[in-house]
Amino acid sequence: MSLLELKNISKIYGELHALDNVNIRVEKGEWVAIMGPSGSGKSTMMNIIGCMDKPTVGEVYLDGADISKESGKKLTEIRRDKIGLIFQQFHMVNYLTAVENIMVAQYYHSIPDEEEALEALERVGLKDRARHLPSQLSGGEQQRVCVARALINHPELILADEPTGNLDEANENIVLDLFRQLHREGTTLVVVTHDPEVAEAAQRTIVLKNGHVAKEIINENFQD
Amino acid sequence: MNKKRKMLLKMVTASLLRRRSRMLIALLSIAVGATILSGLVTIYYDVPRQMGAQFRNYGANMILVPSGEKTMTLESAQECIDLISPDNVVGASPYRYINVEMNSRQRIFVAAGTDFEQVQSTSPYFIVDGEYPSGERQVLVGKETADLIGARTGSVLELSYKPEGGKRNTLKFTVSGILDTGGDEETYIFMTLKAMSDLTTEETTLDVMELSISSAEDELENYITQIDEMDNGISARLVKRVTKSEASVLSKLQSLVLLVTVVVLLLTMICVCTTMMAVVSERRKEIGLRKALGASDNSIRKEFLYEGMFLGLLGGILGTVLGFAFAQIVSVNVFESSITFQPLLLPVTVIASMLIAALSCMIPIKNAIAIDPALVLKGE
Repeated sequence: MSLLELKNISKIYGELHALDNVNIRVEKGEWVAIMGPSGSGKSTMMNIIGCMDKPTVGEVYLDGADISKESGKKLTEIRRDKIGLIFQQFHMVNYLTAVENIMVAQYYHSIPDEEEALEALERVGLKDRARHLPSQLSGGEQQRVCVARALINHPELILADEPTGNLDEANENIVLDLFRQLHREGTTLVVVTHDPEVAEAAQRTIVLKNGHVAKEIINENFQD
Repeated sequence: MNKKRKMLLKMVTASLLRRRSRMLIALLSIAVGATILSGLVTIYYDVPRQMGAQFRNYGANMILVPSGEKTMTLESAQECIDLISPDNVVGASPYRYINVEMNSRQRIFVAAGTDFEQVQSTSPYFIVDGEYPSGERQVLVGKETADLIGARTGSVLELSYKPEGGKRNTLKFTVSGILDTGGDEETYIFMTLKAMSDLTTEETTLDVMELSISSAEDELENYITQIDEMDNGISARLVKRVTKSEASVLSKLQSLVLLVTVVVLLLTMICVCTTMMAVVSERRKEIGLRKALGASDNSIRKEFLYEGMFLGLLGGILGTVLGFAFAQIVSVNVFESSITFQPLLLPVTVIASMLIAALSCMIPIKNAIAIDPALVLKGE
């Protein structure tokens, strides 16, 4: 059974079809990249997969359950329990330290545990920066904290929106290495990107154009 | 404290301490509101005491008079006064009135026997040119009478009294001072009760006891009921023109203070509400992020409410201290007396500040809950 399935999804704003009859399946443990130019429907798809929006038409199955008709409250619960989000602009609470930022995700999910949060930071190589505020961290370090935060509640799916968009090459490689490591451990990854290099790191790339799936590319050179 | 609550406290305090400038404005608004609230509440409750003391300058507010056949003596009047809390009795002036004849003029005047020490407490508005009588053969002459008979301080008056069917008794008195009141008292000749007793050769009985009591009208009514229930031949009455005007001024003053307090509280609420709305707008991204991480509406509501109430707590404590100082300055400058700190004021001000802060957060919280994480995180 697929972890994620979008069935005949459309998102319509007046005359505009941001997504038009899209069908996508993501298997458990798979690493999928979603590519496309601006306006292709990437963000809309990201919002629907991330339970921050609902399709106008169609069904969204996550872990076998149709979530397309769920209430906002229920979608928040699903997002909290099953999805780890990573953003292009990092998005950290600027008055909380790195470890506290990770604990915020634990706080909303279950019980904050500093030890576990520190272990997550160690995993992304930032244990020594645990007590630093976001303003004291570089962009790459902030994104690694966000990866640790996305992982802390052991989500079924990691959904990353342009995760390397604001990073230099060195930091981009660090983040992609983290994704490889997560994939090896069996985590399902959906990475929305416009960067071909990031897309090539994934097992499969879905290319969107004008709200349609233009093509799907299997990465023959995929290296775990 | 469980880990979840500890984390909530950490988030709230970090938000307040690490984002000082914005929160300082909210804290200051609450502290200013709490200062005015605690100050005005102190004044509100202290006004009757302060004004009561001021009103006592306008003379007696209760009188005791004999009722029925019985006569009133100093002792029987004292029994009534003993029913009144001693701290509230500003003064008690006994009066006996008789007609005396001035031999040299062959005219009748009203003489009043009294206790001059008490008169100075019950009628502080009496203006004496000279001195109050200090000996038993001294009198204080009302200005109108003094003008009529040409008496001055140091003049000697020969006064006589003839009881009905009795023998006339004449005594000489020295004028110790001339009394200026602007009222009927200016026609009287005042002497001590002992001097009057010597002149009349009768035991001292009283026609009236003027009392100046520092109490509100309802408390005075209560004393009157108790005195009447004693049934010792004395009845008590309020001096309505004093008590009514006192009650009217007090209630108007208290209403004014109350109105100002309510207006200040409303202004505080608007100020805190505006600041918190600015805080929400400034933290749109953070709220969006929290929602994206799975924060429920209730979690967001709780966090902002706690922040507001924490500010209310700090502002309330600060406001109580500053408010007392404010009330003290007002009291010393306006009423010329200091006030004592009411410990109950601290919890009252703190709870009121926390409630006001919480209420002020309602609209900002509604705005925070309405934030769409998808839009905010995309930078829209």
